[in-house]
Amino acid sequence: MLDDTDRRILRYYQSDPEAPASQLADAAGVTPTTLSRRLDRLRDTGVLKGVRNVINWPALGYEVEVSLRVTLDKTQPRAFDEFIPAARLVPEVIEIQTFLGQVDVRLSVIARDMGHYQQLYREQLLVLPHINDIEALMQVARVKGQETLPI
Amino acid sequence: MIDLDDTDRALIRALAKDATRNAGALGRDLGLSQPACWRRIKRLKEAGVFRGTRLEVDAAALGFGVTVFLGVKLATKGRVSLEDFERAVTAIPEVQTVEHVLGLYDYRLRVVARDISDFERVLRRRVMTLPGLGNVEANVLLSEERRPGPI
Repeated sequence: MLDDTDRRILRYYQSDPEAPASQLADAAGVTPTTLSRRLDRLRDTGVLKGVRNVINWPALGYEVEVSLRVTLDKTQPRAFDEFIPAARLVPEVIEIQTFLGQVDVRLSVIARDMGHYQQLYREQLLVLPHINDIEALMQVARVKGQETLPI
Repeated sequence: MIDLDDTDRALIRALAKDATRNAGALGRDLGLSQPACWRRIKRLKEAGVFRGTRLEVDAAALGFGVTVFLGVKLATKGRVSLEDFERAVTAIPEVQTVEHVLGLYDYRLRVVARDISDFERVLRRRVMTLPGLGNVEANVLLSEERRPGPI
């Protein structure tokens, strides 16, 4: 499936997704034709899903980011099926993850300030269905955030 | 903070989904000329609306079948250098993100591994040997969904 050339291309591509194709081809040691053929195949097979700009929420006035760790009431068989669609309806929820472990679901929530967060928490988050326990971690700083894979 | 109109918001949404589209194509969708669209994108980028670009890949197809989130508590507060911990933890290739948080834990780490036994290797050899490490809680990621956010 994937050979060393594919991995080399992806390694350089993920470290600088905005680099021009010629530079990427040079770094990966392939010709521009090979590069474009390889990238097409990686896209067709779904390995490469795309390139996204990551929004810098503080620049848009969202200064607060909170990680809400939720434990659901598992005596309710539909707890996950009802909690997740309800969480999707809150626009300030920017990430929904499910886990195997002490935490069932984690929501990343952004807010303009602490007052806004308190309002969101009381009016839209605490009322989500089947919550057993909820814990908040407030983000102080993002020390590393590129999410690159050690390909 | 930057002032945004509806067209700016639509541009941010489009670029957060696909960073590879050019001003011409985006402008056609939004009823803008190519130069007008280009000027808007330039203004958004200069205002720091994006904190970077990210290559979206299928981690499982690249052999990374397991993602684990670790909640880390430092052992002796005040005596451990946060800088030493942060420098050491960000240097681990399998650690994709490091967030400094307030609450039950001091740091939140996103770790990728090939499988559970590979994760055990990373945990024992790399994470457990970090300077100042105290308690560690692990939650295995089952599913993940990123939402567009309030834009």
